[in-house]
Amino acid sequence: MSVFPYLVAGWICVIGLYGIVTSKHLIHLALCLTVTQSSTYVLLLAVGYVQGGGPPIFKGVKLGTTAVDPVVQSLTLTDIVVSVTVLALILALALDVHDELDTMDPDRIAELQG
Amino acid sequence: MSWMLPLPVVIPLLGAAVNVALDHVTPRWLHTTIALVAVTTGLCFSIIVLVHSMSGETLHWFGGWTPRSGVAIGVGFAVDPLGAGFAVLACALTLAALLYSIPYIEAATRNYDALVIVLCGACCGFALSGDLFNMFVWLELAGVCGYALTGFDIRRMSALQGAVNFAVVNTVGGYFVLIGIALVYARTGALNLAQIGRTLSGQHPSGLLIVAMTLIVCGFLCKAAIVPFHFWLGDAYAVAPAPVCLIFAGIVTDIGLFGVGRVWFTVFDAPFGSHQRFVGDALLWLGIVTALVGGAMALVQQHLKRLLAFSVICHIGIMLVGLGLLSSKGVAGAAMMLLAHGVTTGGLFLAAGLLGVREPVRWTAGLWFCGAIALIGPPYVGVYMGHALIDDAAVELGRHWVQPLIWLAGALAGAAMLRAGAQVFLGLADDYDHGIEEGRDGPVPYLATITTVLVALGTAVSVVPGLAQRVVRGADRFRDRAGYANRVLHGIPMKESAHLPVVLQPTSTESLIYGSAALVFAVALAAFAVRRPDAARTRVFEPVLWPLRQLQTGVIGDYVMWVVVGTAVLGGVWAITLR
Repeated sequence: MSVFPYLVAGWICVIGLYGIVTSKHLIHLALCLTVTQSSTYVLLLAVGYVQGGGPPIFKGVKLGTTAVDPVVQSLTLTDIVVSVTVLALILALALDVHDELDTMDPDRIAELQG
Repeated sequence: MSWMLPLPVVIPLLGAAVNVALDHVTPRWLHTTIALVAVTTGLCFSIIVLVHSMSGETLHWFGGWTPRSGVAIGVGFAVDPLGAGFAVLACALTLAALLYSIPYIEAATRNYDALVIVLCGACCGFALSGDLFNMFVWLELAGVCGYALTGFDIRRMSALQGAVNFAVVNTVGGYFVLIGIALVYARTGALNLAQIGRTLSGQHPSGLLIVAMTLIVCGFLCKAAIVPFHFWLGDAYAVAPAPVCLIFAGIVTDIGLFGVGRVWFTVFDAPFGSHQRFVGDALLWLGIVTALVGGAMALVQQHLKRLLAFSVICHIGIMLVGLGLLSSKGVAGAAMMLLAHGVTTGGLFLAAGLLGVREPVRWTAGLWFCGAIALIGPPYVGVYMGHALIDDAAVELGRHWVQPLIWLAGALAGAAMLRAGAQVFLGLADDYDHGIEEGRDGPVPYLATITTVLVALGTAVSVVPGLAQRVVRGADRFRDRAGYANRVLHGIPMKESAHLPVVLQPTSTESLIYGSAALVFAVALAAFAVRRPDAARTRVFEPVLWPLRQLQTGVIGDYVMWVVVGTAVLGGVWAITLR
């Protein structure tokens, strides 16, 4: 198993975080959060990959056939469900911000400080 | 008995599902009733689970996937007294919050009840679970409900700021936890905590494990609002409705610390056990800095709920100090403090909420001062027992300098509350902007009664005979990795242990002195700040706290940058020390 998937996962995570830190638009920020989250998919799938393994569906397959790890796939699915909820919520909040203040800039909603 | 374990989680979730399904058909009183019944039933079952967990049988494997020859594949709940106690606290505080909300939250907001009970169920699930990924799911579920409840009052701009900051920082923290879990799974092929601990127990510390531990711990610390991951909390708790703040302060913040304790004592203690002082010391220092920052920042707040939010940060820091000592007494001290602080601060949030009601009652001032004193912890009042146990643990490890620092931090937060109480409730300051939205209607005696009950319970925690001894024993079990693995993987029951006496736990003379001194110091500082407000602000608070206040920018990008920097620094420290 090569090291590239892990490097890709790390890179996606870091650019997502960079996007969040520098974001000037709430929708952009929500998407950057999704980018960061995508790194967890890549990482999880890379962890469960088996060289030459088929899909983990065992109906009608000979016992002992190599398959990739089904656990990480279910983790990825759960992860998607959880994160879509969060994304929907942040987008809804962003819409409220837009309706109230007519801006999408996270710097301009900072009312409480210090 | 085993079938009972998931019920404190299942019943609130079912209640929420019924509520949402019937949303447009039934009147609000029915929703509230369903929510109240669900949480009360959950509370009853969590108490039964707590009683059973004291003596033994405490496992439930979903779908009957029990471990075969010591290998666990299924997902299970594994309950110990501290976890079950946490579930009891979660249900009890949620019940209080729901009762307070009936008149306090307006009728138009229907899904409120459902969100609150899902939050309760998720916190219970987190405390009872014995599976790492399962813990992540409960954590995120609790998080999502929390974000939605924070932004509930969207008529105010600051509510949106609070909700967005809360959501983004905690989601990033959640991803860190998930990446850490993926790395742990890559190394061990297991998700069950006991199974992971067993697999790792022969292994040497490796870079992969250090990265995994750093990410999981930092993710949990984001939830717990430990410096430098704490910035979101002041924004979020200042704007959430008062009964929601009760739940946040009492349980949602604390699940982060509970998670750190759980993963350390069941998983990472195995490979890093020989280096545990370095891990403990890092947590200890983070806790001390958090406590002092929280206490100091509370002093300069005008906004009452924001003040309480920084007091929460202060006490979470003190709890992390107890956890960082890694001994039974330290963990027990953190747990006692969690209980006393959660109930008392919840009561104070409700008292702050009372200010918004048209005709506030006179005894609100008395409640506020009583709660503030309970949070300082003079001998045998409020958080005192937690402080005293942490003191003992620190002395046993030869760290005498810990005691004055944590008492000082608690006294700073207490002084801030006493000062605000004098200025707001006794009217000793003109044009004081306490930030609570006024003009709500509500049956004042009813709301005040709930507040009084909470403050009274929080104040009395330290004098419950026999409680501290039982918490120490619970902490013993919480820390026992081998015993935990034996119970979970092999079903080996616990050894019978001696019966504990029902007497008051004696505390050291030092704790008595520090507790009294903290009260005197807090009262003196508050009196100075009330009598000479300008001098206090311009000469003392502002110059000292200017840099800290500058960091609290309210901008989400800055907060996430601190999360990344904090994680990198902690990881770097552990990478050097844990080899």
